[in-house]
Amino acid sequence: MLCQDCNKNEATRHFTQIVNNESVELHLCKSCAEKRGFHNPFKIPFPLAEFLTGMIKEKGGHTDKALESLKCPNCGLTFAQFSKIGRLGCGSCYTAFRTQMKDLLRKIHGSYEHHGKTPSTTLKDLKPLREERKLREELRQAIEKEDFEAAAKIRDKLKELLEPANR
Amino acid sequence: MFEDMINRSTVWLKGSGAEAEIVLSSRVRLARNISGVNFPPNASEEELEQVLSTAVDLFNAEKPNLRGKVVFVKDLSDVDRSFLVERHLVSPEFMQNFPGRGLYINKNENICVMINEEDHLRMQAISSGLAIEDAFDEANKLDELISGKIEFDFDSDFGYLTSCPTNVGTGLRASVLIHLPGLVLTRDIDNVISKITKLGLAVRGFYGEGTDISGNLFQISNQTTLGRSEEDIVESLQQVTDQLIEYENGARDRLYHDARDQLEDKIWRAYGVLLHARVLESDEVMNLLSAVRLGCGMGIIKDVSLTTINELLLLSQPAHLQKFLNKEMSAEDRDISRADLVRDKLSKAAK
Repeated sequence: MLCQDCNKNEATRHFTQIVNNESVELHLCKSCAEKRGFHNPFKIPFPLAEFLTGMIKEKGGHTDKALESLKCPNCGLTFAQFSKIGRLGCGSCYTAFRTQMKDLLRKIHGSYEHHGKTPSTTLKDLKPLREERKLREELRQAIEKEDFEAAAKIRDKLKELLEPANR
Repeated sequence: MFEDMINRSTVWLKGSGAEAEIVLSSRVRLARNISGVNFPPNASEEELEQVLSTAVDLFNAEKPNLRGKVVFVKDLSDVDRSFLVERHLVSPEFMQNFPGRGLYINKNENICVMINEEDHLRMQAISSGLAIEDAFDEANKLDELISGKIEFDFDSDFGYLTSCPTNVGTGLRASVLIHLPGLVLTRDIDNVISKITKLGLAVRGFYGEGTDISGNLFQISNQTTLGRSEEDIVESLQQVTDQLIEYENGARDRLYHDARDQLEDKIWRAYGVLLHARVLESDEVMNLLSAVRLGCGMGIIKDVSLTTINELLLLSQPAHLQKFLNKEMSAEDRDISRADLVRDKLSKAAK
C-alpha cells in the first residue's frame, strides 16, 4: 500500500482511530508520518482533521463517478477535489454537497444539526449562568436540610446576581 | 516588533486564576467566515487582501472598545514569527507566507484574531488558570461586536460554515493547557488520555523545539463543534478538566506516600541542575522546569514562585530568548545564554 500523503513510498505506519463508533484509517510512510508529528512517547490520538480525507471516501476507497463530478456552482470546487483536500471552497459548497455533507458531518460530529447560537440571537454570558446554577443547587440543599438561615442568605445572593444591572 | 510584549509575561502564564498549579491557561476560539467570499485556502489573492482590509477597517473603527493593533504577517521577521508561535497566539502554519494574512492583538494580549488563516477570522480569547467560561464570554463579546458589522456565512442546518468540516456549527474550540507530571510519573497518563478521547475530547502535546512532548504539558480540547450548544461544549470541557485535576492530585498524593524520597530527589536534582548548569537545551529546560513546577505545586520547593517558573517556560524558548537578550544567536550560543538566564532568575528568586 502506498503512503496516502506522498503517494510515492510504501506505507509503513498505520493509524486507526474510532470516531463515533466507526473506525477511520490512515496509512503513511515513515517520513510523512513524522512530518505530521505522528511520533510521540504517549499514546495520543491524532487530530480528526488529519483523518478527514479517509472519511469522505466511501468504503473500498473509491467514490462513484456521478458523485465525483458534483460541482459547487459558486466557487467551482468539485466533490472529487474536496475528497482529496478535505477542505471546502466556500459557503455554497455546503449547499451543493448537502446530502454528502450531512452524512460526513454525522460521522464526524455525531449530528448534522446546529444547536448553538445564530447571528441573530445574542448569547448570555456563561459565567453568571454557572454561578446561578450553583446557587440554585445550594439553595435546594439548604432547604432540604431545613437550614433556613443559610437559604435566606443564598436567596439574597441569587437576587443580587439576577439584578439586571449585574447581568 | 513586539518589544513591548517581551518584558511582560503573557496573560496565560501569569500563574494566577483557579487551579493555577495544574491548569496554565484556558482558551476559546471561534471560527467565522465572511458571507459571499471564498474560504482562504480557495480564495484569490485579491479576495484575501479585501478580507484583510475589511478586518483592518473594522478593528480601527472599534479602537475605543478593542484597544489593540493589527500586524501583517508579511512584515514580520523570522524571529518575530517564532515569537508569536511560542506565545501560542498563532498556529505555526499561519506564519507561513500567504497573501492577506494579518493578526489583531489587543493591549492585554488576552484577545487575538487571526485573519485569513484557514477561515477568514479566528477569534481567540485566553485566560490564566482554569477559566473557560471567562474566555468564552470574552470571545463571544467580540463575536457579537463583529457580527453587527459583517455578515457571517451561516446555514440554518449546519450553523457557522467553515473551511474544514471539523469546525462547522459553533466554530467553537475550547481548550485548557494542563500540566500533568504526576500522571506521567505514575504511568497512568495513557489510560487517562484514552478515557478522555472516548468522551469526545482531543488531547495534544505541547510541542517544544522538537516534535516530542515537552514539559508534561498537554492541551485538552473539544473534538466536535456541531450538534451541541456553546454552553454544553464549555461545560463538558470544564467537567473533564475538573476530573483531570482530581486524577493529577491523586497521582501526586500517591507518589508522595509511596515514593517520597525518589520524588523529592527528582525534584531537587532538577532544581540543582537549573541552578548550576552552564549549557541548557530547550527541551531539557522544559522537562527540568516541569519537575520544579511539580515541586512548587506540592510545596516541596518553597523558594520559587509559580510565576517565575511560568516566566522561564516562556523565556527559555528560542525566539523569546533572542528577543529578550535583543540579539540573534546560534543554537549553541542560545544554550549557553539560556543557562545564564535560568541561573540568574532562579538565584534571584531564591534570595
